[in-house]
Amino acid sequence: MSLGPDEVKKIAHLARLGIREEDIPEYARNLSDILSFVEHLGEADTEAVAPMAHPLHATQRLRDDVVTENNQREKFQQLAPQTQDGLYLVPKVIE
Amino acid sequence: MEWEAVIGLEIHSQLATNSKIFSGASTTYGAEPNTQACAIDLGMPGVLPVVNKEVVRMAAMFGLAIEAEMGEYSVFARKNYFYPDLPKGYQISQFELPIVGKGHLDIELEDGTTKRIGVTRAHLEEDAGKSLHEDFHGMTGIDLNRAGTPLLEIVSEPDMRSAKEAVAYMKKMHSLVTYLGISDGNMQEGSFRCDANVSVRLKGEEEFGTRTEIKNINSFRFVERAIEHEIERQIEILESGGEIIQETRLYDADKDETRSMRSKEEANDYRYFPDPDLLPVVMDQAVLDAARDSMPELSDARKARFIDQYGLRGEDAGQITASREMADFFEAALEVSGGSDAKIVANWVIGEFSGALNREGLSVQEAPVSAAMLGQLVKRILDNTISGKIAKEVFEAMWQGEGDADVIIEQKGMKQVTDTGAIEVMVDEVLANNPKQVENYRNAEEQKRGKMIGFFVGQIMKASKGKANPALVNELLKKKLDS
Repeated sequence: MSLGPDEVKKIAHLARLGIREEDIPEYARNLSDILSFVEHLGEADTEAVAPMAHPLHATQRLRDDVVTENNQREKFQQLAPQTQDGLYLVPKVIE
Repeated sequence: MEWEAVIGLEIHSQLATNSKIFSGASTTYGAEPNTQACAIDLGMPGVLPVVNKEVVRMAAMFGLAIEAEMGEYSVFARKNYFYPDLPKGYQISQFELPIVGKGHLDIELEDGTTKRIGVTRAHLEEDAGKSLHEDFHGMTGIDLNRAGTPLLEIVSEPDMRSAKEAVAYMKKMHSLVTYLGISDGNMQEGSFRCDANVSVRLKGEEEFGTRTEIKNINSFRFVERAIEHEIERQIEILESGGEIIQETRLYDADKDETRSMRSKEEANDYRYFPDPDLLPVVMDQAVLDAARDSMPELSDARKARFIDQYGLRGEDAGQITASREMADFFEAALEVSGGSDAKIVANWVIGEFSGALNREGLSVQEAPVSAAMLGQLVKRILDNTISGKIAKEVFEAMWQGEGDADVIIEQKGMKQVTDTGAIEVMVDEVLANNPKQVENYRNAEEQKRGKMIGFFVGQIMKASKGKANPALVNELLKKKLDS
């Protein structure tokens, strides 16, 4: 499988990565190599194998429905670039 | 040309847990911004989500109630997109193996027939935070208290054919989740909201038309209006030779119309994959048995029982059992009233009580008149302490917070007069004051007299301020007039 420049741009956009135009051919080559490598898996016969959701043979441990976290807003907000009235501020979002 | 609408609903029902789906932060509504958003909800590096046991039990109860297929394993997946109210860059949801599979819900149509609506699936997911676009000097404010609140997303088959059917389905689903106690169903607070997929096609056509999605509708009234408008809009376009564009639309309640949300540059590409932080959740026989044991009597069964056990009319039983709160209220009031006359209690619940709730926009829990208070009032009608007419005044006084029925009856001297001597005095006085009507009555033919006696009854009730026992008044009047 091989990816073209448009697909690389789309993947970069979905991941919100800024990439330089001149780097695109190299990204395309690297990503295509990874895909080709993974394609080897297609050679295995998986007809009778159930899809796996997790590599561990274990199931989810459940937690009792109890409130265990207290308010640590002040601590968390010290890490934020900008806050106001208890809100985190981000560049304006227009839908 | 006759058109037919095809509608499917996606309902988001917030689950009524104490803590979040993957963290121990509180889910209480209305807290100060970001005071209930812990490291897990904020998507801090190195945290690990752990599934809340209660959401699994609640989903199991829901699955049992809609007779759904439920696999032994369900899997959480990451739905990837960027938005500031979603700090991790993905929402933990379910994709390939949802916790609840195919099921169904029966709705009642206006003509009294029943229609079965298919439920495609119901899956667990976390809610996002809230963006506040007010003026923060050109910035957007983010409150993450809601992030991580458990949601059950219930996806229907495209089985509904009118806005009315869609509303009936949404109401029935609302009744179901509140009966089960898995959601508080509070629509103002966003605990129960839906997206509607709407398309139209010529009647008789097999293929579906192109659909649009109306987002985030949070009232029964809006769901009906939004869908009706969307159906009309699509028919107009098609009849004038146009084409429907698949898009997401918003319902504007103020303008009473749907409008296009700015269409995204490209189609959503969520790149779902199983969340490596979470293992498959097991729904085995033990979980199902525990869920089954905690199932309450649901609305359809309760309605049938009310008809059978209490002799209520189907329509009345349906109205009372539509919400669990109202049905509980009715049964509690009936018990306090002595339990002998369910129909009169039903009439009060449906009539005065529901009327007062609607008038003031209150829920059953918020009503100033409790079930015990209404039961006591009915008891006083049944034991002839007061007449039904006076009871309405007592009810109004209870509603205004003047005390319970006995206190009000005592304070206002509303007790019914059942003393024959006292009523006889009133009857004599009324007859003496209206000689002409008495003469007319006595000259009238037998079959006309029944109607004419009403005049005298009215006068006596007026003289007694409604307190004379109507049966006694009738009896004494007849005796005196016919003698």
